[in-house]
Amino acid sequence: MEAVAEELRQIAPAKLAVENVSKRFHTGQGITHALDEVSLQITEGEFVCLVGPSGCGKSTLLNIIAGLEEPDSGQVLSDGKPISEPGRDRMMMFQESALFPWLDVLGNVMFGLRLKPNLNDKERREVARFYLKLVGLEKSTRSNIHELSGGMKQRVALARALAPNPRVLLMDEPFAALDAMTREQLYGDIQTIWQARKKTILFVTHNVREAACLGDRVVLFSPHPGRIREEFRIDLPRPRDINSVELAGYSSAITRALKNYVSEEVAE
Amino acid sequence: MKRLIASAIFFLALLGVWHALVLAKIWSPVLLPDPKLVGGYLLDAAKDGTLLQATLVTMKRLLLGYAIGIVIGLPLGLVTARFKFAEDTIGVLALGLQTLPSVCWVPLALIWFGQTEVAMLFVVIMGTLWSVIIATDNGVRNVPPIYARAARTMGAKPLYTLIRVVFPASLPFIVSGMKQGWAFAWRSLMAAEIYVTILTGFGLGHLLHYGRELNAMDQVIGVMFVIVVIGLLADKILFSPWERFLHRRWGTGKV
Ligand SMILES: Nc1ncnc2c1ncn2[C@@H]1O[C@H](COP(=O)(O)OP(=O)(O)OP(=O)(O)O)[C@@H](O)[C@H]1O
Ligand SMILES: [Mg+2]
Repeated sequence: MEAVAEELRQIAPAKLAVENVSKRFHTGQGITHALDEVSLQITEGEFVCLVGPSGCGKSTLLNIIAGLEEPDSGQVLSDGKPISEPGRDRMMMFQESALFPWLDVLGNVMFGLRLKPNLNDKERREVARFYLKLVGLEKSTRSNIHELSGGMKQRVALARALAPNPRVLLMDEPFAALDAMTREQLYGDIQTIWQARKKTILFVTHNVREAACLGDRVVLFSPHPGRIREEFRIDLPRPRDINSVELAGYSSAITRALKNYVSEEVAE
Repeated sequence: MKRLIASAIFFLALLGVWHALVLAKIWSPVLLPDPKLVGGYLLDAAKDGTLLQATLVTMKRLLLGYAIGIVIGLPLGLVTARFKFAEDTIGVLALGLQTLPSVCWVPLALIWFGQTEVAMLFVVIMGTLWSVIIATDNGVRNVPPIYARAARTMGAKPLYTLIRVVFPASLPFIVSGMKQGWAFAWRSLMAAEIYVTILTGFGLGHLLHYGRELNAMDQVIGVMFVIVVIGLLADKILFSPWERFLHRRWGTGKV
């Protein structure tokens, strides 16, 4: 029996396994415990949302998974192998705009493709056009970045992250700066892309409804030190309507839990 | 078109004022020749080839020295921005020497290299190099780190990031540094050409110098005019396209 269980575990390892990750930052003001013994398992094809107050280490965790930063202790495994550097299997959409102003829209999306061997330039252009079409920007391929609206910029960033065909997408508050209409449109788009292209997505947001609408699971963080406090599994069929009553039930439960942590912190 | 007409009217008016001043005979015509005389000199000098010859000699020195200065300066600037050791050595040297007016290199160049083309080249390189190093260094330091991080997640290695991300991201700084380097090089070359005779080629500076020796004010003003025109053309041909590109891409330049 034991052997069988072991065997089963090996066949379906977590796509991403965060194991006891801690990270401290030393600054002039002292030491910040950005992450404290954080563990999180994410299976292939899962959509996981991270929610928590500002400064609880969500971006830091994403950076560590992306391979841009190293944890002080603990490790992150991707397909069972420890992550030590960035890789094209994990693409990141940053909290702030990271589009390159010296390239036009197409150039930005092609940047990651240029680093992929065994593609010629024509193929790269085709792939980039495909993803720009997917995010609804086929008409703006030659635009300069500063000519785009905030929502269009996020779409370009999404296309750029998707273009190298990563299996994991790390998205750090990608839609925070957008109006509700555009956001709802993008919720639909991201779910379609996620299902059609079989991605594993880790999605950071401050918007509880957004998290409940998108995630299979919503993971709650609390700050100082940054820890995972609670997890909510969202058992709703897809595609989900962000304005549905069932979803509202989930989001009010999550909001209540969040408020608890904040008042706890104030009490301390 | 409207702007062109405005320019044309302005410069014609300037000529008119000049001509009027000559007619008023406030200064002797030796000191202030009529615009027609200057035009006549320019025409003659253009016809017999002295002007073209001198321009070619000067431009060759300038462009060659400038190119060398940039080819050396760009990588050095990247290096000083990236490595503490380079910053403390080459960086400090560049900062110091950049404050030195580039004309001050002329005496040293003459002692080291004699009255040769190499001396001229050296002066131009010294005029260009330090500005380019400092501008590149400054540009690289001002690149938002998020660009390099984004590139790394897309699989860019450090060298690739330096060439394809850090370098283009600092272009606005680099281009203005190159422009400054050009101005320094151009000024110091003129000073050097006026100051010393190089037998392997008479440049525009020499023409200016001999204009003075011969008390030929029409030649002096004519050559000055050519020097101004070259400066303007260099700006329009060498830098304007870059600046337009940068403004278009970055969305800057409009208020
Ligand atoms: N490079 C850094 N140097 C020093 N402190 C840092 C650094 N990066 C993050 N921190 C600190 O670590 C903590 C967690 O930061 P992080 O950016 O991960 O928070 P976050 O959960 O993403 O917050 P937000 O929701 O506001 O984006 C914060 O207190 C922050 O000040
Ligand atoms: Mg953050």
